Amino acid sequence: MVTGHGPVQRFVRVWLPVGFFLVVALFPFYWMAITSIKPNAELYNKALMPLWVRHPTLKHYVDLISETSFLLWTWNTMLVAVISTAISLVLGTMLAYPLARMRFAGAGLIAITIAAVYLVPQPLLFLPLADVINRLNLGNTLTSVILTYPTMLVPFCAWLLLGYFKTVPKELEEAARIDGASRLQTMRQIFLPLCVPGFISAGIFAFTLSQNEFLYALIFLTKSAVRTVPVGVIAELIRGDVFYWGQLMAGALLGSIPVAIIYSFFVEHYVAGLTSGSVKA
Amino acid sequence: MAIHSEALGPVAAVRRRPLTLAGWLDRESVFSWLMMALPLLFLAAFVGYPFFYGILLSLQDRPVAKPGVFVGLKNFITDFHDPIFWRVAANTFIYTGAATVLKMVGGLGLALAMNQHFRMKNLVRALLLLPFIVPTVLSTVAWLWMLDPAFSVVNRMLIEMGVPKPGPSWLGNPVLAMFSIIMINTWRGLPFYGITLLAGLQTVPPELYEAATIDGATGWDRFRYVTLPLLQPIILIVTLFSVIFTFADFQLVYVLTHGGPQNATHLFATYAFDIGMGAGQLGLGASIALTMLPALALLIVALTLHMRKA
Repeated sequence: MVTGHGPVQRFVRVWLPVGFFLVVALFPFYWMAITSIKPNAELYNKALMPLWVRHPTLKHYVDLISETSFLLWTWNTMLVAVISTAISLVLGTMLAYPLARMRFAGAGLIAITIAAVYLVPQPLLFLPLADVINRLNLGNTLTSVILTYPTMLVPFCAWLLLGYFKTVPKELEEAARIDGASRLQTMRQIFLPLCVPGFISAGIFAFTLSQNEFLYALIFLTKSAVRTVPVGVIAELIRGDVFYWGQLMAGALLGSIPVAIIYSFFVEHYVAGLTSGSVKA
Repeated sequence: MAIHSEALGPVAAVRRRPLTLAGWLDRESVFSWLMMALPLLFLAAFVGYPFFYGILLSLQDRPVAKPGVFVGLKNFITDFHDPIFWRVAANTFIYTGAATVLKMVGGLGLALAMNQHFRMKNLVRALLLLPFIVPTVLSTVAWLWMLDPAFSVVNRMLIEMGVPKPGPSWLGNPVLAMFSIIMINTWRGLPFYGITLLAGLQTVPPELYEAATIDGATGWDRFRYVTLPLLQPIILIVTLFSVIFTFADFQLVYVLTHGGPQNATHLFATYAFDIGMGAGQLGLGASIALTMLPALALLIVALTLHMRKA
């Protein structure tokens, strides 16, 4: 790759465009953070420079936690995300392993079906699903979302894991088979332990997708005690036409932090998963 | 694959063990179907069944909490005579088209900028992906506040730069509201394009650029005749992905405008939600959601076949 050599050229070629993308990408988060620590007197005073804070305060955070059910929503969100991610990894593996390793009639059809189901967007299904959840008497229970999130996550995990499984060499499994291990033993004791990186990638994706989910939670969870963070923030911090911007931004920031932390630990796995769908699969 | 199994078929038959339960369970097809049975049943119950039930609902007059009455295609006829429905259809296509083009061009720019050597590249890449990983609703609330009619920080910066007070009404003016949701969708989706295309760029062998340079190619030539053709398969997949989920977008519009002002930003998903959940007409709402199906089915089939092939 031919690059400019002088410091000025280098600045124009590298840091000007990269800096532009960084500022645009990050400004909303900066604005979230700075708003959440501004006292109302500064927040709604147009004479002051808006980009800085004079007297930072944690009042909005204290109010958010003491006046709303934010902590409960956070707990609900975590619980739902962890359980539906676990369910999706298990069911996804059960689909992906035979498709990656076995030869049987109908394998191609199943693989295509899974890819297609993964691509079906929620708005196509939410009305009939709402009726199904009602008839099962699951409205306003966390079970309703724990059951419905995997409808998106299982095909997704299966597809991602299928790609990963195919990259794992077969020799160890073949050796185990020759030694007389059953297919189930081979899969559980030999194959799956080799696939931890694949599980981490799929798991992070599934976890962030469940944290992000809004439509099903909005429809199925209408009581404060069972809400997740996105629905709680939208439904209860925007009260009529009155906005509590300090609290809203505090909630938005706190709600983003779990995903951001998990993401920062596993960013390489995340990027690998993100790009494997289109670059390798 | 077909040739493979034919060649191995007779061998497997010769080696077939006496029929014990363990032996039967160890057959490839038996093992596979038993293993897949639970997830397939789950998907049939919670995706397959709702899908067909949705089609049935769309043919019913079905108020919430009352039994449905079969009415044939009446809901679809109502939709086609509803001027808002056509507005919604136009909105959805404009939104999807404009946001896709912006994400593609911006994403390519991002990928090219990132495909250079500089310090802290991994940190920069991680930060650039933040808009894509943070829950959409939460970042969209931040945008709602940034575009607030009274205290918009965007407008306050514009006024500093000389734009007359009070500045544009980003979410109150129909045209500007559409512009705003397109820009915010682009803000959120651009990193996905950028990072995926970057991964694609990194697979382009440097020798190709060197060869092109020796042949006298300019920077633009190298981009046009080396980079773009090699990226084309990735661009196609990323675009199909993004078009499907932009076309069926719900969250962003629900939070920012609820479809307003005067239905200027209603999309299929938000309109179906308003009719089905807000007005409680499940059948009519299902019919609106289902009108997305032909376009979506086309995209899904195209992408599925492409993913299989690749």
